[in-house]
Amino acid sequence: MATSVERRVEPVVRRRFLPTIDVQGIGFAATLASICLLIIILMGIFAPLIATHDPILMDPTQRLKPASNAFLLGTDAYGRDLFSRIVYGARISLIVGVGAAIISVAIGLPLGLLAGFFRILDAILMRIMDGLMAIPSILLAIAVVSLAGASLWTVLVAITIPEIPRVVRLVRSVVLSAREEPYVEAAIAVGSSLPKVMWRHLVPNTLAPLIVQGTYICASAILIEAILSFLGAGVGTETPSWGNIMSEGRVYFQLKPSLIFWPGLVLSICILSINLLGDTARDLLDPRLKQRGGEK
Amino acid sequence: MFGYFLRRILAAIPVMAVVALFVFLLLRLTPGDPAAIIAGDMATPEQLERIRVTLGLHQPIHVQFITWVQRLLSGDFGVSLLSNKPVTTLISQRLEPTISLALLTIFLTIIISVPMGVLAAWRHGSWIDNMVMSASVLGFSIPVFVIGYILIQIFALNLGLLPVQGFTSISKGVVPFLERAILPALTLASIYIALIARMTRAAMLDVLGEDYVRTARAKGLDEKIVLFRHALRNAAVPILTVIGTGFALMISGVVVTESVFNIPGLGRLTVDAILARDYPVIQGLILFTSGIYVLINLLIDLSYAFLDPRIRY
Repeated sequence: MATSVERRVEPVVRRRFLPTIDVQGIGFAATLASICLLIIILMGIFAPLIATHDPILMDPTQRLKPASNAFLLGTDAYGRDLFSRIVYGARISLIVGVGAAIISVAIGLPLGLLAGFFRILDAILMRIMDGLMAIPSILLAIAVVSLAGASLWTVLVAITIPEIPRVVRLVRSVVLSAREEPYVEAAIAVGSSLPKVMWRHLVPNTLAPLIVQGTYICASAILIEAILSFLGAGVGTETPSWGNIMSEGRVYFQLKPSLIFWPGLVLSICILSINLLGDTARDLLDPRLKQRGGEK
Repeated sequence: MFGYFLRRILAAIPVMAVVALFVFLLLRLTPGDPAAIIAGDMATPEQLERIRVTLGLHQPIHVQFITWVQRLLSGDFGVSLLSNKPVTTLISQRLEPTISLALLTIFLTIIISVPMGVLAAWRHGSWIDNMVMSASVLGFSIPVFVIGYILIQIFALNLGLLPVQGFTSISKGVVPFLERAILPALTLASIYIALIARMTRAAMLDVLGEDYVRTARAKGLDEKIVLFRHALRNAAVPILTVIGTGFALMISGVVVTESVFNIPGLGRLTVDAILARDYPVIQGLILFTSGIYVLINLLIDLSYAFLDPRIRY
C-alpha cells in the first residue's frame, strides 16, 4: 500500500463549472468504449439511413431466415429484418438512458441541495428517500408501467423514479461536507443570499460526482428498459427496442439463438461502454477514488 | 446495546410506512379511474363496481388509506383479480423456489466474490487485480438474461450437461435440485459477484494499509492468516453492508432469471401479474419484497454489534 502515500499534490486552481480533464489519462479501454458508444449513437441518429429494411414491416414469407446478403443478421418470427430492428432499437435505449440521467439529476439536485441545507427538511426528505430505495427498482417500474400503460414516456418515468433517491443522497453528502468549508462560511458571513451561495459555491462541487453518477444512471436505465421490455412491461411491443427483440426471440431460442444473442451483444457493449466511461470520468475527476476502486 | 437495537427497529417503521404510502398513492395518483385501470379495457360495469367496493374507492382518501393499512396489518393484502385467490396465498405458494434459489445464489456469491476481492487487494495493481476488476465491470454490464441464455447455450444445449429449464424442489433430493438450480443461481449471482468483489477489494485495500497488518506481517505470521484473520475480519462490516443493499439487485434479478429458466417462483408470479395487469398482486409483491429488504438490512445492522466488538452503542 505504498501507493496511497505518494498522492499527487494538485495545484490550487479556482474551480470552474466544468472540471478540467487530464486527457492523457484516458486509457485504451476508455478509447475503445468511446468509439463503440459513438457508433451506437450514430446508429440511433441515422437509423433510417443505416437500416436496410423497414423495422416493423412483417413478411410472413421470410420468417426466421438465416443471415444472408438480403438480411444481414437474418429475420425474426414475423419476417422482420433483425439488423434493421437492432439499429432502430438504439434509439429507444439512448433516449431512455440519457433521459433518465437528465431528469433524475434535474429533480435530485435541488432536493439534495435543500436536504443538505435545512435540517428539518433533511429528516423528512431522507425518510422518504429511504422508503423509495427499499422498493426494488424493477418492481417499482413494473408497478408504474402496469398502472399507467406501456409507452416510452411511462417507461422513462418508471425508470427515473428509483434513481432520484441516489442523486439526492449524493448531492446531500457533497453539500454536508462543502458547507463546512471556510469559503462557504465566508460567503454566508459576507451576506450572500442563499440561492447565490448554493449556485456559486455548492452546485460546482456537486458537478464532478454528478457527471459520474449520471453515466451510471444512464447505463442502469438502459439495462432496466431492456429488462422491462423483456418481461413485457416496456415500450409497446410494436416498437423495435433491444429488450422487445429478445423478448420475442425467447420462444425461438433453441431454434434461432441469434435473435437473443445479437441484441444482447449490442446491449451489453452499449452498457459496458457507458460504465467504462463512467469509471474513467470518476478516475479523472476524483483521483482519490481510483485507489479504492470505488463503489457504485 | 438494547437501546440501539430498539432504535434501529423503530427506524425501520417509517421506511415501511413510506413504502406503503407510495404504493397506496401510486394507484390513486395515476390519471384515470383506478377501478378502470385495474379492471382493464374489457371490464363490465358490474366488475368496475365490485372493484370500487373492494378498494373502498367511494370513501375519502384518508379513510381509504387508514382502512387499507389496517387490512395490511391484519395480513390482508387483497385478492388477485385474475385467480380471485388472496395475494398472501399466491405469494406463499411461490416462496419455496425463490428462497432456495436466493440462498444458493448468496452462497455462490460469497464463496466466489470474497476470495476474488481478497486476491485483487492482496496483489493490488497486478494482472489478478485487473482481471477481477474487468470481470466486475462485465458483471455489471451484461444483462442478467443475456448471461442466462449464454449459460443455457453452453452448458445445457452444447455440452448437454444440465437440463435447460425448470425447477425441482430440494425435498426431492439435493442432486436433482442442484442440477436445475445451479445455472439460474450462477446467472443471478453474476451482478452480485461483481458488486461484492469490488466492495471486498476496496474494504481490504483500506484494511491492508493499517498498522496491525504490518505488525502481523512483521512478526512473521503466515500471509494467509494475516489476510483472512487480521484483514478480512476487519473488512467484514462494509462487505456485509453491501450484501444487504445488493439484495435489492437480486430481487430484480430473480424476476428475470425465473422467467428465463421457467422457475415457478415469485419472479414468475410477477411476470404473470404484469401480463394480466393484476395490480393487487404487484402491490403485494412490492410490499412483501420491500419488507424483506428492510428486514435483511435491519438484521445486518444488528449483526455489526456481534461481528465487530469495537462497535459499542
